[in-house]
Amino acid sequence: MFGQAFRQPFKNAVLLLVWVWLLALVLVPNVLVVGTSLLTRDPVDFLTLPFTLENYQRLMDPLYVQVFLHSLYMAAVTTVLCLLIGYPFAWALAGVDKRWQTLLIFLLIVPFWTNSLVRTYAIKMLLAGNGLINSGLQSLGVIDQPLELLYTETAVIIGLVYLLLPFMILPLYAVFEDLKKELVMASHDLGAGRLPTFLHVIVPLTLPGVIAGVLLVFLPAMGMFYVADVLGGARNLLVGNVIKNQFLDARDWPFGAAASVLLTLAMAFLLLAHRFSRRRLGEEGA
Amino acid sequence: MTRWLPRTYLALVYLLLYIPILVLVVFSFNDARTAYRWGGFSLRWYEALFNNQAMVQAMWNSLWLALAAATVSTLIGALTALALHRYRFRGKPMLQGMLFVVMMSPEIVLAVSLLALFLMVGLQLGFVSLLLAHVTFCLPFVVITVSARLRGFDNRLLEAARDLGASEFTVVRTVLVPVIMPALLAGWLLGFTLSLDDVVVSTFVSGPSYEILPLRIYSMVRVGLRPEVNALGTLLLVFSLTMLLLSQWILMRSNR
Repeated sequence: MFGQAFRQPFKNAVLLLVWVWLLALVLVPNVLVVGTSLLTRDPVDFLTLPFTLENYQRLMDPLYVQVFLHSLYMAAVTTVLCLLIGYPFAWALAGVDKRWQTLLIFLLIVPFWTNSLVRTYAIKMLLAGNGLINSGLQSLGVIDQPLELLYTETAVIIGLVYLLLPFMILPLYAVFEDLKKELVMASHDLGAGRLPTFLHVIVPLTLPGVIAGVLLVFLPAMGMFYVADVLGGARNLLVGNVIKNQFLDARDWPFGAAASVLLTLAMAFLLLAHRFSRRRLGEEGA
Repeated sequence: MTRWLPRTYLALVYLLLYIPILVLVVFSFNDARTAYRWGGFSLRWYEALFNNQAMVQAMWNSLWLALAAATVSTLIGALTALALHRYRFRGKPMLQGMLFVVMMSPEIVLAVSLLALFLMVGLQLGFVSLLLAHVTFCLPFVVITVSARLRGFDNRLLEAARDLGASEFTVVRTVLVPVIMPALLAGWLLGFTLSLDDVVVSTFVSGPSYEILPLRIYSMVRVGLRPEVNALGTLLLVFSLTMLLLSQWILMRSNR
């Protein structure tokens, strides 16, 4: 390979840059967090020896277990709601005239490009005690007293659904786009009714999109601490709030790091489940 | 099959998606002090915004940061995509794995790990730490955008240029860069917007020496409803929308 020798300087420079960046800013930091989670808290230097598993034990403290479960619950409800709203939406979207689809997809990603904090604030405006929903209902005479909408679990879930819905719809739309109309028609021709066709043809074929959408909604839903901060008040915390508080307010790094590792493990588990299910589906299809 | 049912449903969901944004924009022109009762048209909140020195400073800081982060991440991201497409090297799966990890891991995990790194190497939190962090989370998006453009590009064209005596750098500059130009622009715009919008990572890695816009908004919206936020939100909306239209236009024109 004569050309290889000439290629080396440029190629080496490129590879060096890319490797150094990713090792220094992705691999090393993650290793540091795992290391931190195994150390002891120090009031002055943040961290000190000895190595310990105490931080992970503290995560089992009923207080934190409750926060984690509550966060999991809110993320799960958010995911289910996004799926319930998003599935028929993506289905309907894939059936629209091609010329309109481009515009409709564009309208779907516009919010993704607008500041998510500003959109969270917009939700707050609607839900506040003297906000538009309450004053609207009051002037219509539906209610006497303003409903307590803000600083509730419901408010956090509304905020999360609002911010994350496009992430559910886009992968679902992709699978509905690929769904062969012939297969659905074949199912009907063979005498299957609407419900059996839906359950045995449409659902299995769109399952990869469902799983991708669930991942894209569920994972961020546990970390978006600002949504819980702005809409949830003190009682409706997400895992993200716990991590943030430990790092920035309580200054208990080892414990915050342990919570972060836990979140990463949860993510890894879900991703593995995703790959596993895809492989199984692939085998069935083959 | 009835056709109006799916369409009504689509319209309904779009309505729900856009009502909050619409309310935000309309009330940014509200003359009343309260953020929820209409008191006539006025630009007073925009005025208040631009009279606020700290706010204007934060805007400039955010713009500079986004410009720098988008530029650096486009450069490194394009080179990464190029390396993945063109070169064979050891550890390629690991490189792809790391990019995947950045994209899939919750933002807060990335934020925590970067904070740990910066404090351990003793880097002062400020512009540099923000830049390093923003470039890192923008990187995979640029790599994906550029890789999509490179897919299907025949490497033999590059070999031909090499055989005719061009150096590797010349080949990349004169053959490859024109091909990926639209992807570079789209990736740059994406990086710019991601950087401008980021709250989670910035909360962790910014210092008092360099205040940026999302954090300023954050401190404002936590305490209550502030009409200035409506004005600011509207400006950001118009800005991002322009960027989005621009990138779509570039991509559509290049695909023709």
